[in-house]
Amino acid sequence: MPVTVETVTGASRSMVLNMGPQHPSTHGVLRLILELEGERVVKAEPIIGYLHTGIEKTCEAKTYSQVVTLTDRVDYLCPLSNNLGYCIAVEKLLGLEVPKRAQYIRVLLTEMTRVASHLVWLGTHAIDLGAMSVFLYTFREREEIMRLFEMVSGQRMMTSYFRVGGLALEPPTGWLDRVASLLEMLPPRFAEYDDLLRSNRIWLARTQGVGYLNPEDAIAIGVSGPSLRGSGVSYDVRKTFPYSSYDEFDFNVIVEQAGDCYARYLVRLAEMRESLKIVRQAMNNIPADGPFRADAPGIVPPSREEMKTSIEGLIYHFKIYTEGFAPPPGEVYSVTESPRGELGYFVVSDGSAKPYRVKMRAPSFVNLQALREMVEGRLISDVVACIGTIDIVLGEVDR
Amino acid sequence: MTSEPIANRIVVRRLQEWDAASVAQALEFRGELTLTIPREQLLRTADFLRTDSQLEFSFLSDISPVDRFPMEPRFEVNYHLLSLQLSERIRLKVRLSGGDPVIPSVTSVWSGANWHEREAFDLFGIQFTGHPDLRRLLMPDEWEGYPLRKDYPVEGPR
Repeated sequence: MPVTVETVTGASRSMVLNMGPQHPSTHGVLRLILELEGERVVKAEPIIGYLHTGIEKTCEAKTYSQVVTLTDRVDYLCPLSNNLGYCIAVEKLLGLEVPKRAQYIRVLLTEMTRVASHLVWLGTHAIDLGAMSVFLYTFREREEIMRLFEMVSGQRMMTSYFRVGGLALEPPTGWLDRVASLLEMLPPRFAEYDDLLRSNRIWLARTQGVGYLNPEDAIAIGVSGPSLRGSGVSYDVRKTFPYSSYDEFDFNVIVEQAGDCYARYLVRLAEMRESLKIVRQAMNNIPADGPFRADAPGIVPPSREEMKTSIEGLIYHFKIYTEGFAPPPGEVYSVTESPRGELGYFVVSDGSAKPYRVKMRAPSFVNLQALREMVEGRLISDVVACIGTIDIVLGEVDR
Repeated sequence: MTSEPIANRIVVRRLQEWDAASVAQALEFRGELTLTIPREQLLRTADFLRTDSQLEFSFLSDISPVDRFPMEPRFEVNYHLLSLQLSERIRLKVRLSGGDPVIPSVTSVWSGANWHEREAFDLFGIQFTGHPDLRRLLMPDEWEGYPLRKDYPVEGPR
């Protein structure tokens, strides 16, 4: 069925232009229907759903542990953040306390994910606006972070490393040395990107004053994450509702007042530095030994050793992998701060071994609604800057 | 989490002072407050929660419907609200019968509800009266059926 867009003005001068879903600067399969008057956008209508996979429906047919693998695939730029959001929801449902060591490792790795995700954002945003070189550098650094993920989980992207009750595996020896070398390597690289962009007149002209979002509109729409903080609202889930021991870390919530694309750039750049601050604290304070999984027989799988030597271990192992575990009936909404904003997991249990409902509150799904506010009345070239600045991941928008 | 009785929570107190009939039930589970609201009261309660100077639930995080098929009332619509002023979250729950899944739209209260409600309409077939543009959002326009309903097969329609 063709999508019709009524022209607002009805004037013969306006024209309707289709942009996407196959378009390099829409960051995936976003489609926009733009009504133009000359170069000026009168109306913008985002069309989504091209990547809809029904992942929430699939979750209802899997056991609680199997869903962890699906959460990786929701937002493919920050799989660990999604693993964490989901695990926290199920742990809350179960009333399960996760050992300190696992909590610190989780914090360390999700902050690394934030850096990796912001690096992809910065590179692609810059290439959209004509600064090609930054892209090559940010992807080089991101790859180093991916290697760290591969080291701990065996996978670069679809990590599934956080499990209900803790972590999938004991991290390998020497992984903290890799973290330490990343901490050495990254800060000068961030300064390099900043040099490349802050002195680039084209970059400044295409981001400053472009895509303005005022704080009242941002809150009414439900915009969160760096896009909200770029408009002067200081809301960060890590500070407001600390989870996974974030209250034990010292970091700042970065807020910029300008509300334009440049302000959001400054927020994300500064956030990467704050993330490294958290990583450093986590690295120095991880308890040297201690369990990496909660002691919860029947929910958390027993160790290999235990499974091979004790009858209880064997039975629990068998039951967890065949039947799964059943949390008490109830519903919880867990919120975490993903690189894109407030990531919510609403998990409903009916007392069986499969979740009755998993609803993902994807931050970029909500943030994308602000695109209209940003582009209407602006030039068509600003549309590209505005799509980039929201930092959408279509896997998460369409689910 | 918080161990104080529910009636002492500021949200519940304010709502009781405002209109004792607005909340049918208040429940706490794992520290999360759920307020069940009759459908008729939804719009004015939502407006009160957003505009009241002591509460200011100005941020609508999410709208999550749940299908309890074959139980009646079949549908639940959950509104996750956040007050930046109080740093507090609540969940509003409205129950709808399977034969009449119609609920007033809250787009006039939180403009961001637009896509959440379109998604709920698309995947659950819940009608939002007063919504400015109630069309399918994720599924193709000509799709038949509502995929996230419990009587819709996981494998798809065939």
